[in-house]
Amino acid sequence: MDGEVILLDAYASMFGMRLRIALAEKGVKYEYREENLPKKSPFLFQMNPIHKKVPVLIHNGKPICESLIALQYIDEVWHDKNPLLPSDPYKRAQARLWADFVDQKVHILGRKIWSAKGEEQEAAKKEFIEALKVLEGELGEKPYFGGEEFGYVDVALIPFYSWFHAYETCGNFKIGTQCPKFVAWAKRCMQRESVSKSLADPEKVYDFVLILKKHFGVE
Amino acid sequence: MQSQRVWLLGFWASPFVQRVKWALKLKGVEYEYIEEDLFDKSSLLLKLNPVQKLVPVLVHNRKPISESILILEYIDEVWKQNPLLPHDPYERAQARFWAKFAEEKVRESTWDALCSRGEEREKAVKSSIEALEKFEEELKLKGTKFFGGETIGFVDLVAGFISYQLPVFEEVGSMKILDSSKFPATFDWIYNFLNHPVIKDDLPAKDLMFDYYAKRSKEISDEKDSCRNA
Repeated sequence: MDGEVILLDAYASMFGMRLRIALAEKGVKYEYREENLPKKSPFLFQMNPIHKKVPVLIHNGKPICESLIALQYIDEVWHDKNPLLPSDPYKRAQARLWADFVDQKVHILGRKIWSAKGEEQEAAKKEFIEALKVLEGELGEKPYFGGEEFGYVDVALIPFYSWFHAYETCGNFKIGTQCPKFVAWAKRCMQRESVSKSLADPEKVYDFVLILKKHFGVE
Repeated sequence: MQSQRVWLLGFWASPFVQRVKWALKLKGVEYEYIEEDLFDKSSLLLKLNPVQKLVPVLVHNRKPISESILILEYIDEVWKQNPLLPHDPYERAQARFWAKFAEEKVRESTWDALCSRGEEREKAVKSSIEALEKFEEELKLKGTKFFGGETIGFVDLVAGFISYQLPVFEEVGSMKILDSSKFPATFDWIYNFLNHPVIKDDLPAKDLMFDYYAKRSKEISDEKDSCRNA
């Protein structure tokens, strides 16, 4: 049986979206609990005392933090349905490498786009597009990063698509025209119910970014 | 290269490479080691890791794998003897969490501390100590000889730099990060780790590390200062 599964999350969190998608792919019933970021609850501090961040997956009372770690946990526990990581060790290593690339490049550069100004913002925009082009190269002619099947890297990356509107508005640029292959892949992913039901509304993401900007004192 | 053979491209001082060497030794995997000059990178390295151009690169069945923590996972999946990660999914998640913490919170701040000066260095030293305090707490909670339990595991290998490299950083930078009175569990762990048969005979020479890191620390700090003043 699945046991008790709670997802401590925030609607606009791209990391939380990863876990929503994975749990949906595996058909796992869970209780969703929303954190009212940037304010954090005592429960969050208790479940993730080290980093104090969402998402936290809580399975039978035990917390698992860090989205890619929780993603692998979900894949291992509910291994018989829609496996996300390939079974071959070399392909698994490549999948993990690309998921790390998403965290190191897409996430960090994306954050700079909405939080930085002037030259720093311009540099971030340029590097962000470059990173997406590298990902387009890796995708090649495959329907998904996982090959024929939707997989780990797809889950890790697709949530950022819901942040594109916020990046474009804050950065005053267009992403889609520069990365059409990426957008085609994203739209393909959005056809999956697990994705369309898990991704936040881009307008609501933008509203959240405005709250973050105010909270961090960014103009 | 014969497909069955295992090759490791490395650099003698790199803690990332060291993790992989220990893992291969623990598993009893024979391999060929190729020393890279990181300041004059070979065409082989650039071919095997064109994106980051970094060591370690493990080559197995003619296929290259990079990123030390990912290499450890690969090694553990291919060679099943002496498992590095626990079997239970929750325990595995915890091990991955603490390995990531050791790398991103501990090692990165100690490196920042080494390669900076003045206020920046003070800040990095403070971050290192805060991170190590959490590491200490977790060790106390576990109450075992190693992070992996009674045997060395994934987290021990990733955090291993604390045992032999951090003291060199402290000496080079005249910094006090690991105070034995404040980190008793960590010091016990360091003692156990350094005395493990696989670890103790496979460490870079202390004096060579001192010279290398003294030079690197100055070069990087000078570069930061000149960028700031440019």
